[in-house]
Amino acid sequence: MSRSSSPASTPDRASNASSTLARDPDHLGRFGKFGGRFVPETLMDALQGLTEAYAEARRDPAFHAELDDYLKNYVGRPSPIYYARRLTELAEGASIYLKREDLNHTGAHKINNALGQALLAIRMGKRRIIAETGAGQHGVATATACALFGLECVIYMGEEDIRRQKLNVFNMRTMGATVVPVATGSKTLRDATNEAMRDWMGSSKSTHYIIGSVVGPHPFPLIVRDFQAVIGREAREQMLERTGRLPDAVVACVGGGSNSAGMFYAFIDDRDVELIGAEAGGEGDVPGRHASSLTRGVPGVLHGSFSYVLQDDDGQTLDVHSISAGLDYPGVGPEHSYWKDEGRVRYESVTDAQALAAYDTTARREGILPALESSHAIGQGLIEAAKLARDKNLVICLSGRGDKDAYEVARLRGETI
Amino acid sequence: MNRIDALFQRLRSEGARALMPFLTAGDPDLATTASLIDEITTRGAHLVEIGVPYSDPIADGPVIAESYTRALKRGIKLEAIFDTVRSLRAERIGSALTAAPLVTMVSYAIALRRGVESYLDLAAASGIDGLIVPDLPFEEAEGLLKQASKRDLKLIQLVTPTTPRDRAVRIAATSTGFVYYVSVAGLTGERAALPAELAENVSWLRTQTHLPICIGFGIAGADQIRALAPVADGLIVGSAVVRRIAAAGSKGKAELVREIGDFVAELAAALEQSRLSLNE
Repeated sequence: MSRSSSPASTPDRASNASSTLARDPDHLGRFGKFGGRFVPETLMDALQGLTEAYAEARRDPAFHAELDDYLKNYVGRPSPIYYARRLTELAEGASIYLKREDLNHTGAHKINNALGQALLAIRMGKRRIIAETGAGQHGVATATACALFGLECVIYMGEEDIRRQKLNVFNMRTMGATVVPVATGSKTLRDATNEAMRDWMGSSKSTHYIIGSVVGPHPFPLIVRDFQAVIGREAREQMLERTGRLPDAVVACVGGGSNSAGMFYAFIDDRDVELIGAEAGGEGDVPGRHASSLTRGVPGVLHGSFSYVLQDDDGQTLDVHSISAGLDYPGVGPEHSYWKDEGRVRYESVTDAQALAAYDTTARREGILPALESSHAIGQGLIEAAKLARDKNLVICLSGRGDKDAYEVARLRGETI
Repeated sequence: MNRIDALFQRLRSEGARALMPFLTAGDPDLATTASLIDEITTRGAHLVEIGVPYSDPIADGPVIAESYTRALKRGIKLEAIFDTVRSLRAERIGSALTAAPLVTMVSYAIALRRGVESYLDLAAASGIDGLIVPDLPFEEAEGLLKQASKRDLKLIQLVTPTTPRDRAVRIAATSTGFVYYVSVAGLTGERAALPAELAENVSWLRTQTHLPICIGFGIAGADQIRALAPVADGLIVGSAVVRRIAAAGSKGKAELVREIGDFVAELAAALEQSRLSLNE
């Protein structure tokens, strides 16, 4: 068994033995049949270099010590796990716990990955950073990391998302990032990703692309999952400490799937823990009006990876819709596709209306404004909790806070702020 | 013999280079694409690369990406592209097109969705001679290569300025038809100047393979054709053609086809000029 890529600070379970689903991708970057590298030859050398640099960093205790220090003293980790009494009372089922990634510096889980990859970029001698962003949370996290380390930062963002997420755009610019509006296609996350990849096609010698989710060509899905796995590791320990046992169910939202991959990974081999991913159901089961790649898509290629994707019968990527800019994406990380086909994670589609209702409910019953992305997880979590007995425990990943969504929610209600 | 092999065998014996324009299928419409293929093979194009529009082409600059968007907005479908090629081949037997290879530039997303074997069957039945799959690196290409070879279709692979030399050798060894040498680390699109080390890199690759080597990306016009003709077996001109098609869009089909024919003839003349001076 090869342990050459075993991380110093991740659970000692990342072997590729057949009894485990918690695995690293194979030499082609595949989780089962999903993943790989379907990119232009121009990017292959950069991906190979990144794979090698990351394998070295992963083995280097000093790299982990530096990252862990920033996570503790700059981000504020570990994030709390909070028993949501009034949500539990509402669901009349399992006890609901919220993993509070919203309390991280910059207000979402995205900072875990941005800091890790920024440190990796510095290690590779790359001082220019590019990133795509949908809701703007990954853009803000990346701009934050770049300000912290003095790196040049260029963020690609769809024009539609810039409209929906003005606050994040303002904050990115305040921290010195250049935000480049993307006017192609649907002007959302998918198009921003295309533009970031196009930039990297010509700049990879000097530039690191901090992809924001567990998507894209190998090794990105592995890197991002590893940097986000801190969420699940902490939640697992916190629940053991708090309740003396593992939770019965864990729910997280899935766009590209980074907070959910990071949350689920620690529980993958705990077969008694039910894992549920909440995808963006948008306005329902009409092509173009949702973003449910796993529940309604087909295996195909998008953005360098073979995974479930929403595409037409010619392989053209379909337009998608979600109330939440961060879930408004037609693809999903390959490891999720693997977990789906292995039957390890159940994926459900949560509509805009359900997410909005969960946003309101959480605000009014807990005094917490969740991000619209996380509101999908809460919406599904309330359904799951209601199905479970009162002596069961359920964890929901509250991946980000909802301040950024205030303008969009107000607009939907016909209010101006 | 596959038309691509036959073409380069003939050109090499004549000391000549191939002119290989790129057209986006369905831009502005498939009837015009058919007329353009016919016209440019009469006016000096040896091989035509047919771009299959894709919604997310990450290797393409704005000119080709926008042409794909225009074609897709009109609802172009894969089968209609192949129908057009098949009809054109059948109608133009005896013309310059008969011997001219046609190659599709197609995203793996599209070939895979159709089913690789089904895609190749369709291509072969339509009179297509080879394919370039710009998002399929050679590690992932083994299955496609095997299936393409069964149908006598060439799988043309790409070498770029970022490709390490040992890797370039392995890519050239698995490529068929010719090797596509990408001139710049970046996107498709015309460049005022191409990298100084381009000629040297292509000359080095030539010592590693017997396959023809064709240069693409960035070639804007006759001057670069003249500059690169001494080192390449063929020159691919994409954005410069597609940009002119977009600009001529409002002039009506006959005028558009004539203008593009004139541009290709100008490139062909530059190529012929270099051949004469090289063979002096």
